[in-house]
Amino acid sequence: MSSNKKYWKSVEELNENSSIVETLKQNEFVEEIPTDEFLGDKDTLEATSTTRRDFLKYVGFTTAAASLAACEGPVKKSIPYVVQPTEIIPGVANYYATTIADGFDFASVLVKTREGRPIKIENNTLANGNANARVNASVLGLYDSLRVQGPRKNGESVTWDEFDAETTSKLNDIAAANETIVLLTQTFASPSTSKLIAEFSEKYGNVRHVVYDAISESAALEAFQAKYGERGLANYDFSKAMTIVSVGADFLGDWQGGGFDAGYSKNRIPDHGKMSRHIQFESNMSLTGANADKRVPLTPSQQKLALAKLHSLITGKNVAVELPEAVEAAVASAASQLQKAGSKGVVITGIQDVNAQTVVFEINEALASKAFDPKTPVKTRQGNDKAVAQLVADMKAGKIGAIIMSGVNPVYTLPNAADFVEGLKQTKLSVAFSMKEDETASEVQYIAAAPHYLESWGDVELKKGHYALTQPTIRPLFDTRQFQETLLKWTGNDSSYHDYIKEAWGATILGGSSFNQALHDGIYVGNIATETEEATTSNTVEEAQEAVASNAAQALVSSAKAANGLALTLYTKTGMGDGQQANNPWLQEFPDPITRTSWDNYLTVSKADAEALGLTNIHVANGALNSNYAKVTVNGVSVTVPVIIQPGQAKGSVGLAFGYGKTKGCKSEMQVGVNAYPLYQNFSNVQDVTVEAVGGEHEFACVQLHNTLMGRGDIVKETTLEIFNTKDKAHWNAVPVVSLNHEETPVTSPEVDLWDEFDRSIGHHFNLSIDLNACTGCGACVIACHSENNVPVVGKTEVRRSRDMHWLRIDRYYSSEDSFEGDDEKKENISGLGSSLSEFGEMEHASENPQVAFQPVMCQHCNHAPCETVCPVAATSHGRQGQNHMAYNRCVGTRYCANNCPYKVRRFNWFLYNGNDEFDYHMNDDLGRMVLNPDVVVRSRGVMEKCSMCIQKTQKTILDAKRDGREIKDGEFQTACSAACGNGAMVFGDINDKDSKVAKLKEDNRMYHLLEHVGTKPNVMYQTKVRNTTEA
Amino acid sequence: MKKSYQSKEVNLTKNMIQVNYRKLSDSLLRFGFIVLLAFATTLSAQEGDPAKGKSLFNTNCAACHNLDKDMTGPKLRHIEQRLADEQGLDKEWIYAWVRNSSALIKSGDAYANDVFNRYNKTAMTAFPQLSDDDLNNILAYTAQEKAAPPTPAPGTETAGQTATTSGGVSNEIILGALAILFVLLALGLYLVNKTLRRFAEAQDIALPEETKRTPLWKAFVQNQFLMLVLAIFFLLTSAYYVYGYLMQVGVDQGYQPVQPIHFSHKIHAGDNGIDCKYCHSSARVSKTSGIPSLNVCMNCHKSIYEYNGETSVEHTKEFYDGEIQKLYAAAGWSDADQKYTGESQPVKWVRIHNLPDFVYFNHSQHVSVAGVECQTCHGPVETMEVLYQHAPLTMGWCVNCHRETNVKVKDNAYYEKIHEELSKKYGVENLTAAQMGGLECGKCHY
Repeated sequence: MSSNKKYWKSVEELNENSSIVETLKQNEFVEEIPTDEFLGDKDTLEATSTTRRDFLKYVGFTTAAASLAACEGPVKKSIPYVVQPTEIIPGVANYYATTIADGFDFASVLVKTREGRPIKIENNTLANGNANARVNASVLGLYDSLRVQGPRKNGESVTWDEFDAETTSKLNDIAAANETIVLLTQTFASPSTSKLIAEFSEKYGNVRHVVYDAISESAALEAFQAKYGERGLANYDFSKAMTIVSVGADFLGDWQGGGFDAGYSKNRIPDHGKMSRHIQFESNMSLTGANADKRVPLTPSQQKLALAKLHSLITGKNVAVELPEAVEAAVASAASQLQKAGSKGVVITGIQDVNAQTVVFEINEALASKAFDPKTPVKTRQGNDKAVAQLVADMKAGKIGAIIMSGVNPVYTLPNAADFVEGLKQTKLSVAFSMKEDETASEVQYIAAAPHYLESWGDVELKKGHYALTQPTIRPLFDTRQFQETLLKWTGNDSSYHDYIKEAWGATILGGSSFNQALHDGIYVGNIATETEEATTSNTVEEAQEAVASNAAQALVSSAKAANGLALTLYTKTGMGDGQQANNPWLQEFPDPITRTSWDNYLTVSKADAEALGLTNIHVANGALNSNYAKVTVNGVSVTVPVIIQPGQAKGSVGLAFGYGKTKGCKSEMQVGVNAYPLYQNFSNVQDVTVEAVGGEHEFACVQLHNTLMGRGDIVKETTLEIFNTKDKAHWNAVPVVSLNHEETPVTSPEVDLWDEFDRSIGHHFNLSIDLNACTGCGACVIACHSENNVPVVGKTEVRRSRDMHWLRIDRYYSSEDSFEGDDEKKENISGLGSSLSEFGEMEHASENPQVAFQPVMCQHCNHAPCETVCPVAATSHGRQGQNHMAYNRCVGTRYCANNCPYKVRRFNWFLYNGNDEFDYHMNDDLGRMVLNPDVVVRSRGVMEKCSMCIQKTQKTILDAKRDGREIKDGEFQTACSAACGNGAMVFGDINDKDSKVAKLKEDNRMYHLLEHVGTKPNVMYQTKVRNTTEA
Repeated sequence: MKKSYQSKEVNLTKNMIQVNYRKLSDSLLRFGFIVLLAFATTLSAQEGDPAKGKSLFNTNCAACHNLDKDMTGPKLRHIEQRLADEQGLDKEWIYAWVRNSSALIKSGDAYANDVFNRYNKTAMTAFPQLSDDDLNNILAYTAQEKAAPPTPAPGTETAGQTATTSGGVSNEIILGALAILFVLLALGLYLVNKTLRRFAEAQDIALPEETKRTPLWKAFVQNQFLMLVLAIFFLLTSAYYVYGYLMQVGVDQGYQPVQPIHFSHKIHAGDNGIDCKYCHSSARVSKTSGIPSLNVCMNCHKSIYEYNGETSVEHTKEFYDGEIQKLYAAAGWSDADQKYTGESQPVKWVRIHNLPDFVYFNHSQHVSVAGVECQTCHGPVETMEVLYQHAPLTMGWCVNCHRETNVKVKDNAYYEKIHEELSKKYGVENLTAAQMGGLECGKCHY
């Protein structure tokens, strides 16, 4: 029974005379196959003698040959030294103490070198050096493929001899004509460089030295100079403070050069029921605000008023201040707590205003604060706004004969860069000492290729009397010469900079101590203060005093005008800083601790303002984050930036980070974000702005989309100091229970365990403790882990697909109520499906001024690991020492383990990141590969990887002890993260050593395991966060 | 570091056989043993014992003097005779010179000053401890005629060759004779058969007809069971060989590449008994054993400029001397001027032992901690003229050893506690590396 039914796909087919139907019947492919495109030029094709058969023969032969050749091992060559340096043993690392001083970051560090290559930066504990994320990542800058490889003149390569001859003769001509020679430099804080510049000035006469900090601390410097007669920044030791009140100072970030977090963390750990109290008034949600016990969001103008009020309450000098009632109460409470704390209290401010800074000095003096130390001022910021502004004006007017720049990039960082470029063209000689052909270097006549700090000599006076030395850890990779060497050449001095420093130190600093010892330690604390050369145009004390009003508090109040539109606070991100390391893929991929967004900067706005302006954040179906663009305008200068709605942002304020939007000396992948410097007018980080929504959709690479804990208090356990002190552990840190025969049994009990316990009491048993109180979320551990373990960079689009490779992440959680406890309560009170749907939905949104918690999460090395049981090829297994091993060569990439991991710490290699042109980061060029750690394998495509608890480091420690035939002391075992954590939040060690720190922490009342109810028995533990919420 | 090398060298010199010595160290021996014969005290010269003299010479003089070549100091063969003939100086002069040459120079002795100036004014170390007998022994040794180089005894070589040739000839003859015999036999049988048939035909005897049967092979092919068995057998065999082939991919046991310089471990580690770790010093402290840098070679080869050991047809003295010249070229050493030219050329050795990147192996763990002999993994290196990979270096091979080898815990404070507890747990006297955790994946793969 056949049917005559006619089937048709398109109405057109019913039309019998349709030409289209006919064509489609004849041609399978409607469009002609573009054979010409791949067969190329027809003439050449015909002229070739290769016939089709020959071609097939070749194909067959090459395929066979290739597959045969694959069975042969490659011949590897080994080339030993001709003369092996005595200090190098292949396979054994050497450590050198040195100092980074790039004008923004100053820190004493230890550099690990292998076979002469620096591969990692570590803390110099001898010098209490604390390397932040950027300093940890700075080693990669040495192997940057975009470095300038030799001196250049107008884009052409020249030799140093030519460079010297030409520049010297030009300098002589300019000096003879008595025109001004300007040295525009970063803050060197270097006694030897100061001396050298003085000699240079003497030789050439009309020399002006202008120190320029891209991100200015001028106001603080001037206030300090006016009060204490010396240009510097007051030093603070937060380990001596029990009550800290900060008004707009991100002192756990980059405030006044940073480096205060270690001292701060010391008192954050509750000891005998006591811990410090930290109150923060600020507009952007900063790292510091996130760590505060109490955070009061205030617009910049309100901050000034609050500070003035605080001043009047403490010093008793009455100033009329009008503040909203709640703020007034908060300030009053802060003041009373400070007065109670007395000399153990301290006030700091980040307001870039001479009066505000002076007010703070007065408060601290009134309190007789022990944490406040004006006697050893910090020297690492010396920039002078007025001098820089004057210079740009003079250059534009054609008054400058020559300009020599070192360590600065004004064309990128100056708000009036166009004026600067114009002025630059009028100079007779312009030289830039630069590692990159950046925005400034591409505008000057001569680029003097500068070495990386790991290839240079130098000295730094970090604080008054605290000297540090910089020594090269590798021979210069390229034909580079540092600024100081060239200054020596220009002044006709034949000695090397090393000899110069040695001589200068011998004469003025060391006072008979050994230079080699100082070089070995990296630091020398002397009693003799050297006179650093004051930049020629810097203010005198008198001038500085003039700038400070006689009644600073009153002046502060009158300067606090509410913004017309919104108040923009420009800030620096933990990862990017002032932007000089913008071409560093580690830092670009480093997620911001607060927003958890990498590869971008953005305008942070409060939820209320965003709604008013019509700005939105969109969560896309694949789990990524998108946003609108906003146009931000300051005095006619506008930039268009994406937006992130930031919980905790003060209403009426917005924030934007520096350091992004570089266009030169930066790989195209790294040219992300928007340059915020054009908005940095008059070097003021607070600006009146108008913001308007301009639509569009921006794609972010955000690594954490669950903003809040949604009441899952077993992830981040938190309590208050009061409860901690008064209640039992079971109340605030209860061990979860499960039901066994209808009886509640703690999960730690062996009866409810699925697995048998393995005896781990023999040998080492490694544990890592993470104290949520001491962790500030700074992220140094993330970069340290990156550099120790050869973790690949995957790029923005891959991060968006949740394919970031970080072995260690720092989760950041907000509370949806005002506190995390509020969250718990709300969750407990949910009843019924309807309620749970709506209330969980609400809980996804962070509150207006949420509390924040940071939680570093890496592989928890579970003793009963869910990942191990599901691996079909036994590629992941457990060692007796507690580490969860991962045999990459055994892994076939089923990813079952990642799916079964409750902590989501396993990372899959979707691509061969070290051999794929799509990932043009450091692992894809020979130069960038030099940073790889030879003790850790570089993983291939298709395998799972994860934190190994730095097994290469624990094994090395064990081997060293075996070789020496000795027992291992507590503190010898370290992971990359625990070694990088200067705050003492991460403690690593052997719990079978009963006297070890980590064994004691395991017994601590605050100890808990992540998701303990799952019963995985992790070897990583956390210490419950305790917040000091006690008011007055 | 340098010091220890030097002292090592002195030890080494004792062990070396039949090599010439030379040493350019600044403060060492200067010129000695200048002998004279003017007085016909040939008797006393003959009194010396050349064998004792050789030992004394190697201990005291060889760092700067060679019998047949000017080095730091002049060549010394027949020195007593030559001094007597050319300068008219007697044995007493030699005694004086050896025991304190600078005093002799200061005293204004013409020839002493002449020699001193000729050899870059380097003072010879004084040897006041050498007695007259000692010196006579040394002089006796220098008075010996140069021995013929121990070329591989040509007689034996030829004899061997002849033997092979003759063996070849006789075999062929026997085989040929056998073949002829066989052919003759076959022919004979055929003829017998033919004759018998003819007789039968002539006497009309009917020969029985051969019944046609299925040929064996056909029957075999038609038997399905046998075919199945055969097929299975064939498949299994080929699977066995394919598996065997695939398993040896990447296993380079026996890998023996040609190196840019023919370095003989047999001569160095075998004949001269140099400790492996003298050259591969980082094996004690590092994960790599380290290919010695050229300055380590030159520690000895500054004085060892020629080879005087055993040779063969393939590796003649000239061949070895040429290889030493290659080393000089690479290290930038000018043998004629006895100094470095500064033009060095690193040697690109071909790496023999390659572990994949995903394996972490540490030499010091095995060499220093466990005290494993190098030969355990590298084979009889001291007998290898050309080095090859002795072990398969597969994971199974590593693991086997870890299962069988006991951990060396004696006198190592690190192991004390863990060994006591673990051996109790496992109930054994000595723990194997495996019991100590040496089979855990993460111990070698990270």
